Amino acid sequence: MEHLIIAPILIPAFAGMLLLLEVRERQPLRRFTGMLSVLALLPVAWALFQQAAGGEIQVYRLGDWAAPFGIVLVLDKLSALMVLLCTVLAVPALLYACRADDKRGANFHALFQLQLMGINGAFLTGDLFNLFVFFEVLLIASYGLALHGRGPARVRAGIHYVVLNLIGSALFLVALGLVYGTTGTLNMADFAVKVNQLDGGALELARVAGLLMWVVFGLKAALFPLYFWLPATYANATAGVAALFAIMTKVGVYAVARVYGLAFEQGALAGLGRDALWIMALLTLLLASIGVLGARRLGEMVAYMVVMSVGTLMAGLAWSSPESFGAMLYYLIHTTLVSGGLFLLADLVARGRGKLGDQLVAGPAPTGRAGLGLLFFVGAVAVIGLPPLSGFMGKVALLQTVPAPLYWLFLLGGGLLALVGLSRAGSTLFWRATGDGARRRLDRPRLLATVLLLAAAPALAIWAEPVLEATVAVAAQWAQPQLYIDAVLGGGA
Amino acid sequence: MEAMVAVMIAVLVGTGVYLVLRARTFPVILGITLLSYGVNLFVFISGRLALDQPPIVGAGPSTDPLPQALVLTAIVIGFAMTAFLVVLALRGQGETGTDHVDGKRDDGGEA
Repeated sequence: MEHLIIAPILIPAFAGMLLLLEVRERQPLRRFTGMLSVLALLPVAWALFQQAAGGEIQVYRLGDWAAPFGIVLVLDKLSALMVLLCTVLAVPALLYACRADDKRGANFHALFQLQLMGINGAFLTGDLFNLFVFFEVLLIASYGLALHGRGPARVRAGIHYVVLNLIGSALFLVALGLVYGTTGTLNMADFAVKVNQLDGGALELARVAGLLMWVVFGLKAALFPLYFWLPATYANATAGVAALFAIMTKVGVYAVARVYGLAFEQGALAGLGRDALWIMALLTLLLASIGVLGARRLGEMVAYMVVMSVGTLMAGLAWSSPESFGAMLYYLIHTTLVSGGLFLLADLVARGRGKLGDQLVAGPAPTGRAGLGLLFFVGAVAVIGLPPLSGFMGKVALLQTVPAPLYWLFLLGGGLLALVGLSRAGSTLFWRATGDGARRRLDRPRLLATVLLLAAAPALAIWAEPVLEATVAVAAQWAQPQLYIDAVLGGGA
Repeated sequence: MEAMVAVMIAVLVGTGVYLVLRARTFPVILGITLLSYGVNLFVFISGRLALDQPPIVGAGPSTDPLPQALVLTAIVIGFAMTAFLVVLALRGQGETGTDHVDGKRDDGGEA
């Protein structure tokens, strides 16, 4: 199954193109095509994950050009895990959007597929310029999705999001120009080798290139001081889109992990920007937990929880021991699925409260108050990191592997602030509410999508051991960049 | 030659950054355009400046063809993104009734 590795890019690409051809606006056909594509991705992603779990790093040379001259796709344990996570998240997100939200704009389904293509491509590529191209693919799709459904708030948040990302792309290009100018290559593995052969001025230029990449990836990941766009964009996006966007910040985290692990973990520029990433991660944690307290809408609160998770993850990455990286990956799986589920839940609550939406003021109880309250409780416990759910396991693993008092203080303090914020939100929405909510029944498929995502919290807690074992294995492979370099440059060179 | 190209890039990027920091969408779009011109030139010269040489690596002195391919990709992407931003800015004008990037009206009120 040597060609399977390109399927996570080709399936959504074909589905997206087919959907663009469908101009007669037959919504059921569109939904069917979209769902078929994401459901087809599931077994593919699982098969790739199994293949990668064997330990061999698979290299797919497009056009059979030998690396470093051609573009390669690389499947190692880390990229396989990320592709699987993205697919698992996409199914409920699309299911939720299929209920009605997709009718509010012409090309929702095509954009959704192209977004998946960009995300999967960014996870699989082994070439820096190709990474830039996939970033642009996922970004332009995300512009369309973020704006999907109109409204002044969306347009305003959209302009900030687009302008910031265009500037980010410009910086990325500058970094790529420097990379090519100094090392003469854009292949990640080849860059990791060549950067160690530099000296003098060229080495300093490569250092600048690396630091510029941290800025760009930090913007994608929403790291302090580059996170201000996120709460407005996510809180205003359509629910299914916001849930899918839960993995977009992780693309930034992944990109840092990939490039750092390959080129800057050891060698001439060892530990490049590590201290800065560490400090930024802690500041992100601090400011995001204040943001959770200050949020005036449930969606905004969840968006700040996403920013908080980025701080948590980036600190685990900046500590850069294989153990902390493994713990961080477990937390990454947990936070992506649970915050995706919370975005859906926020929308369910907003729908059940009429005009008030998801604003955190006492008012009429949402439809299905008891059920939604229970779901909110599960989601909140998981995302704060209280026992017995997955957030707790993730945080314990991180605390064990990152023995820095400052991190403990920020992580636990942030958890406390999040606890205060979410308890207040929950009691305002569900307890101080008047009446028992409208007599309408909750929409079953929407509820199912939300439950599917939030079920990740107990599931990840019950199967914590095998999952942690898997992520630790991923981290062990990540910590040996030579394996990756040999796999890419060794074969066919 | 190097100095001239360097100054050119510096001027483009400098004016671009200045315009991006303005509060109206039109100057911001112009700024992004200028910024991407500067960046494209920068990527273009990352294969070093060589005049009147064939773009073939190997036989004798040559000019590096790869950055030209890269910059072509970057130009196409940048063009599409700018076009999108123009449409978005027009839509923002239509929906919020102002061309301020924060959607603020001239009297200071929220749109």
